[in-house]
Amino acid sequence: MVKNQVSYNNRQRRLVMQENIAAYLFLLPFLFFFVGFVLYPMFMCVYTSFFDATMGREDIFIGLDNYITLFQDEVFWIALKNTLLIVVVSVPITCAFSMWVASIISKMSVAATSAFRCIFYLPVVTGSVAVTMVWKWMFNNYYGIFNYLGKDVLGILDKPINWLGDERYALGCIILILLTTSVGQPIVLYVSALDNVDKSLVEAAEVDGATSMQAFWKIKWPQMMPTTLYILVITTINSFQCFALIQLLTSGGPNNSTMTIMYYIYYNAFKLYKYGYGNAMGVILAIIIAILSAIQFKAGQEK
Amino acid sequence: MAKHNSLAPEQNRSRVYYTICCVLICLIAFTFLFPLYWIITGSFKTKTEILSTTPVWFPSEWVSINYENLMSKRSAPLFSFEALGYRITGPTVPAAIRWLLNTVVMSVSSMLLTCLTAAMAGYALAKKRFYGKTILFSLIVCAMALPKQVILIPLLREMSALGLYDTLWSVIIPIVGWPFGVFLLKQFSEGIPTEMVEACRIDGANEWRTFTDVMFPMIKPGVGACAIFTFINSWNDYFMQLIMLMSTEQLTISLGIATMQGENSTDFGLLMAGSALASVPIIIVFLIFQKYFTKGITMGAVKG
Repeated sequence: MVKNQVSYNNRQRRLVMQENIAAYLFLLPFLFFFVGFVLYPMFMCVYTSFFDATMGREDIFIGLDNYITLFQDEVFWIALKNTLLIVVVSVPITCAFSMWVASIISKMSVAATSAFRCIFYLPVVTGSVAVTMVWKWMFNNYYGIFNYLGKDVLGILDKPINWLGDERYALGCIILILLTTSVGQPIVLYVSALDNVDKSLVEAAEVDGATSMQAFWKIKWPQMMPTTLYILVITTINSFQCFALIQLLTSGGPNNSTMTIMYYIYYNAFKLYKYGYGNAMGVILAIIIAILSAIQFKAGQEK
Repeated sequence: MAKHNSLAPEQNRSRVYYTICCVLICLIAFTFLFPLYWIITGSFKTKTEILSTTPVWFPSEWVSINYENLMSKRSAPLFSFEALGYRITGPTVPAAIRWLLNTVVMSVSSMLLTCLTAAMAGYALAKKRFYGKTILFSLIVCAMALPKQVILIPLLREMSALGLYDTLWSVIIPIVGWPFGVFLLKQFSEGIPTEMVEACRIDGANEWRTFTDVMFPMIKPGVGACAIFTFINSWNDYFMQLIMLMSTEQLTISLGIATMQGENSTDFGLLMAGSALASVPIIIVFLIFQKYFTKGITMGAVKG
């Protein structure tokens, strides 16, 4: 647009203006919603984090007090630790599992691939509330099938376990449910990435006597790197946001063992009405996610 | 020939490996289907079957008592709105019906609004040159990478200030503002040759005609993907609904079920009936438009 600026005559300038006006008119409806209900709240989130804000009175400026309280808040550190634990456990498993599933199902017939893709996506579509309800039943200590399977069928448990009410197991159960609801999208992405791998390279390698393992690691894996990177970033973000499971199953308990940052924000902002404090936590969460995404991108690009 | 023979055991081994993997994946797929099976059969079981310590794998008799319970628990007017100073209220129906209606209205309106705004904005971002394009695009990408829930607190206060709190608009508007659809349709519009648009302009069509008659028909598959994606996501956007909606007649179906859970936490039959009501419609929609949906996911990921 800027090249040949010297030779711009009036007509050209008018055309550029026209294009600008047309572009902004096309963008206008979206910008209204985007600026008003995404960018403005984002700005307000940072802004209000410096205030003591609650319902029904003017906000009071308190500088960095929210952040100082936050770093001294024991529950915040527990929540941070649990959240990171969820991320560290679920992200690699999700990625590895979905890549394995995709590499197997992509070799099947088109109909079978599509059927499996659907099945693995179902828990996402079912919706977090319905999924949570049914898992709640399955984990129940009297009527749940997990205790039945563990005690009566496999005989590993000698007495029923209160899965969600026991500090030792609750977080593990949450992670298990989270896993079933997070592999859907990566599998879809990997299947399409595997379809797009340059077939002639794979064939050439096979002619030269490469095993299927070698073909996978030397040829397909590097070509799927951008997809893997994208999947890493979105699964990380998703794991950080895990909320409905916790709100409906454990409310952060027992004894804060399933308290995550997302739930703690909810608890502070919408149960205790500490808006400023909740926002400060939101800012910290956003910063953590931004740093992690940046690291993943850096690492991916170096490879 | 000799080389071929030496390859045979390796091929055999990989075939065995592949078969084992297939069997494993079938088993895992079965466990993925199981919760859904459990919801649907559970919603038709009698109380004794639900509360038996040995699971009843298949209901011995199909009863509708759970659905009847669900329908009789709460009630709400079918619709109500104010027009010309009068308040028009529909007939009183079970709240679950109203919740389902609310959810459909919410999902459809956010879908339509998102598709329209995103198609226009995506076209402008892909085919137009204007000042501030780079900045706008990087803002969009940044917003997408941030957790949506972080902005919920300011959003709640904004909606209260606008008087939209506890109305369906408070859930619809933020979804429309979320830039994923724009990103998707920008990618899609870029695949359309610019010559097409230019030829249309040279033939004398104005900007709006160029968009509606040439661009829009060509990005239809992309719009379809965007539509189904938005529909499913807004149907299941529980956190936002939880914060924005409160009164019985404004709840969505998933929120309504979650609320009932608070009061009847071990009446699993009731909860399963509610869950079936919340999930079966959206699963059917997903299965019908599955192809578009898959396309939407993969297209949104091509970031380069």
